[in-house]
Amino acid sequence: MEHIRTTKVEQVKLLDRFSTSNKSLTGTLYLTATHLLFIDSHQKETWILHHHIALVEKLALTTSGCPLVIQCKNFRTVHFIVPRERDCHDIYNSLLQLSKQAKYEDLYAFSYNPKQNDSERLRGWQLVDLAEEYKRMGVPNSNWQLSDANRDYKAAICRCSQPLSGFSARCLEDEHLLQAISKANPANRYMYVMDTRPRLNAMANRAAGKGYENEDNYSNIRFQFVGIENIHVMRSSLQKLLEVNGTKGLSVSDFYSGLENAGWLRHIKAVMDAAIFLAKAIMVENASVLVHCSDGWDRTSQVCSLGSLLLDPYYRTIRGFMVLIEKDWISFGHKYSERCGHLDGDPKEVSPVFTQFLECVWHLTEQFPQAFEFNEAFLLQIHEHIHSCQFGNFIGNCQKEREELKLKEKTYSLWPFLLDDQEKYVNPLYSSTSQKPAVLEPNTVAFHFKFWRNMYHQFDRTLHPRQSVFNIIMNMNEQNKQLQKDVKDLESQIKQHKNKQTDGVLTKELLNSVRPESPALKTSLCLKEQTLLPVNDALRTIEGSNPADNRYSEYADEFSKAEPAVVSSEYGVARMTC
Amino acid sequence: MYPFFYRPMFEVIEDGWHSFLPEQEFELYSSATSEWRLSYVNKEFAVCPSYPPIVIVPKAIDDEALRKVATFRHGGRFPVLSYYHKKNGMVIMRSGQPLTGTNGRRCKEDEKLINATLRAGKRGYIIDTRPLNVAQQARAKGGGFEQEAHYPQWRRIHKSIERYHILQESLIKLVEACNDQTHNMDRWLSRLEASNWLTHIKEILTTACLAAQCLDREGASILIHGTEGTDSTLQVTSLAQIILEPRSRTIRGFEALIEREWLQAGHPFQQRCAQSAYCNSKQKWESPVFLLFLDSVWQILRQFPCSFEFNENLLIMLFEHAYASQFGTFLGNNESERCKLKLQQKTMSLWSWVNRPSELSKFTNPLFEANNLVIWPSVAPQSLQLWEGIFLRWNRSSKYLDEAYEEMVNIIEYNKELQAKVNILRRQLAELETEDGMQESP
Repeated sequence: MEHIRTTKVEQVKLLDRFSTSNKSLTGTLYLTATHLLFIDSHQKETWILHHHIALVEKLALTTSGCPLVIQCKNFRTVHFIVPRERDCHDIYNSLLQLSKQAKYEDLYAFSYNPKQNDSERLRGWQLVDLAEEYKRMGVPNSNWQLSDANRDYKAAICRCSQPLSGFSARCLEDEHLLQAISKANPANRYMYVMDTRPRLNAMANRAAGKGYENEDNYSNIRFQFVGIENIHVMRSSLQKLLEVNGTKGLSVSDFYSGLENAGWLRHIKAVMDAAIFLAKAIMVENASVLVHCSDGWDRTSQVCSLGSLLLDPYYRTIRGFMVLIEKDWISFGHKYSERCGHLDGDPKEVSPVFTQFLECVWHLTEQFPQAFEFNEAFLLQIHEHIHSCQFGNFIGNCQKEREELKLKEKTYSLWPFLLDDQEKYVNPLYSSTSQKPAVLEPNTVAFHFKFWRNMYHQFDRTLHPRQSVFNIIMNMNEQNKQLQKDVKDLESQIKQHKNKQTDGVLTKELLNSVRPESPALKTSLCLKEQTLLPVNDALRTIEGSNPADNRYSEYADEFSKAEPAVVSSEYGVARMTC
Repeated sequence: MYPFFYRPMFEVIEDGWHSFLPEQEFELYSSATSEWRLSYVNKEFAVCPSYPPIVIVPKAIDDEALRKVATFRHGGRFPVLSYYHKKNGMVIMRSGQPLTGTNGRRCKEDEKLINATLRAGKRGYIIDTRPLNVAQQARAKGGGFEQEAHYPQWRRIHKSIERYHILQESLIKLVEACNDQTHNMDRWLSRLEASNWLTHIKEILTTACLAAQCLDREGASILIHGTEGTDSTLQVTSLAQIILEPRSRTIRGFEALIEREWLQAGHPFQQRCAQSAYCNSKQKWESPVFLLFLDSVWQILRQFPCSFEFNENLLIMLFEHAYASQFGTFLGNNESERCKLKLQQKTMSLWSWVNRPSELSKFTNPLFEANNLVIWPSVAPQSLQLWEGIFLRWNRSSKYLDEAYEEMVNIIEYNKELQAKVNILRRQLAELETEDGMQESP
């Protein structure tokens, strides 16, 4: 709290990003130890976690006040106008401090208190048990991963970091290990080694004494470069994408050329293609695959986890997905804290590697809408929490660090938190019957990849469809379950009634059991509500309550009559009015 | 041509040729206002060859005046009523461009006509779908725009909706890009962008929203025209009605809209939909104007999935039939030609087929919930999408998407079933309860 000089500022305006300057809400801004809170004149609350803040900017002073722009790691952008420059400056400085923690212990997870006792906390951590998972896969020892779909074929996905081969070094043990891997698969004489880097990069690494396996030295190995760019390219790609998204008065041309220029979808496709190659090698060729990149914790994680998702339906369930993340990301040492910038560290280590993985999964849910037990909100919520530092799962950069920080004793696990709210994350179209494909074979022709508006504009509600079909179906599905219960209930009551009648006895209790309002009445009223995407609760508003005007174009300049412009903005607002 | 030989294999319950007669449509307005009348001045198609025989004009203007105005507007297309907004009595009128030419010619009857739609002391808006410089250049060819001096109560707004071969080329480029099936992301995005298709959609939607805004928000009447008043004009008037009027979002209302604003209004379907994107020879008048309209409707449908009684399939079906059909509805360029061809007698109407219950079920939107709201779509690039149902239809498998849609329909049907069942059971229980109640009291 010592960083906070001003804890409350009144008469602050919150601008709507997608309309012109005179559309804004006025309210009060509060600064707490963990959050920024804005309450507007309609009592609507907007909460922003300090940990989520990626960038704070003070813009040039205007007549209406001092603008403060905050960009968050979950892609929310808020634009405040603070009436007094001094207040703005104070908040700006406070936010700079609060958003960049120096120590792990200052992160939210270490102070977050959901009021559970120690044994509940521990049980939470034990919910996802990797030992159980390896048993499920049928693996005898913990050095091997066997894909469940191929138990019969014994093909395996393996991972490691790059060999330190330089230009001529060999390692007999390494060669024997790979031989052993290969031999462990009786179905195929050869195995693949997938290097997820572009070929040029791998060769360049040779000069530094690293590099890639020399095929001559490893018999029965087929080599495959799959060309996924490095973390710096990805960071820059996302940066460019966000710049396009934030452009005011964006034309269709600029949007698409911006997308192309950023290259973001190209990278997503590269990851997806690599995972497909992996899955095909396993399924079609029954070959084992060894995957590596430079360090083994970025692209390797992406490819292995995505590949597993394609192959094994278990990972497409809610629990299975949690297990997948624990297995292929957390336990294998993806450097979450560095990649997500949890602490004030090296900005060159920050990179949206996990975000890309989530986006690939989203693309799969779009192509195979019935194959996943979870919905988009699940992915968005996980993304929210890799940055929020509210839970201990993603804190630290490897298992060793996590143990040193004593995360299991001092913080809580995200997974039980999500499981408790499971009904929000269930895909109502999920079919667990045999009709769904066991192995997914996505089509990666370029036009299948779409811009993930719900992720990158999650908080820009005006851009989204006014009614979420998904939410409606989800609610209906829930309602159906309730209605089914009601039917059973009513049927049994009627039966009881009839029995009593034939007995000729009618007790008061039976009369009373009919009186209370049937829950069916309540649920049928719920159908009228049309809710938006289940995003951050703080942003939920009532339909049609936004009085913002629609302005659709620039007014003709040649009219000299000084009358207020009818139309002045490029952005429409998806809304209903009476 | 096929429609002349086609014999329907189904029972005709309702004759689509008579489903949406102008007099019936007018009745919907005449209950609300007495300021308008039906005019039969064009019943021989002598005054305006591309207009229908019956049009709606201000009551204060007589047929003689209309004849004079027709000489001042391109193609004889004098301003007529397109839509009456019941909420505040404001209207959308449409016409061809005024033939002011380089001499600054004027027509007092034309001014009187459109001024008749204004309330005392209020002004109106003229939305010219051409950019100002294009409108100015039109004067050299005898066309032009309404000058402020002669139309002081009207403010002019210029938009920039493309026309003719530019749209056709846009479609060809888009279709080529979609058929490319490339794995090169940059190539796909750059070809998509270069086609400019979505740019056109954005411009059309924006103009329609502007028109709707003038009526609903500004409480002002508007006149819309481009050059001929048969292309961009109709896109704007019909889309504005989708935004403003819930009836246009019902199946019958939408059919009536197409009848009024496209077929009877004289959109030259024969010229525009002669060949399609795959033909090699460039037809001069070929242009996907109607498809752009359908795509725009689809964009709004996607943004307001519960506000339309019909689904995407209806739009796709209309697109197909505009180009090639066993029905006579889209034949010809205007009512005059359709009469000459005796289509009503010799061919079947599309609506006769569509409105049969067995067909309607394919086109009905299971999520529809009737409302009487004005809906305002977002025109940001992030909100507009490629219409995969049309452009990627044959290029990708829709098997999983179709199955998911089926499942969604099942959930909705099941929900209705359960609700009905619960109601029946509750009533049963209540009856048993009252019986017992009667038994209990002596």
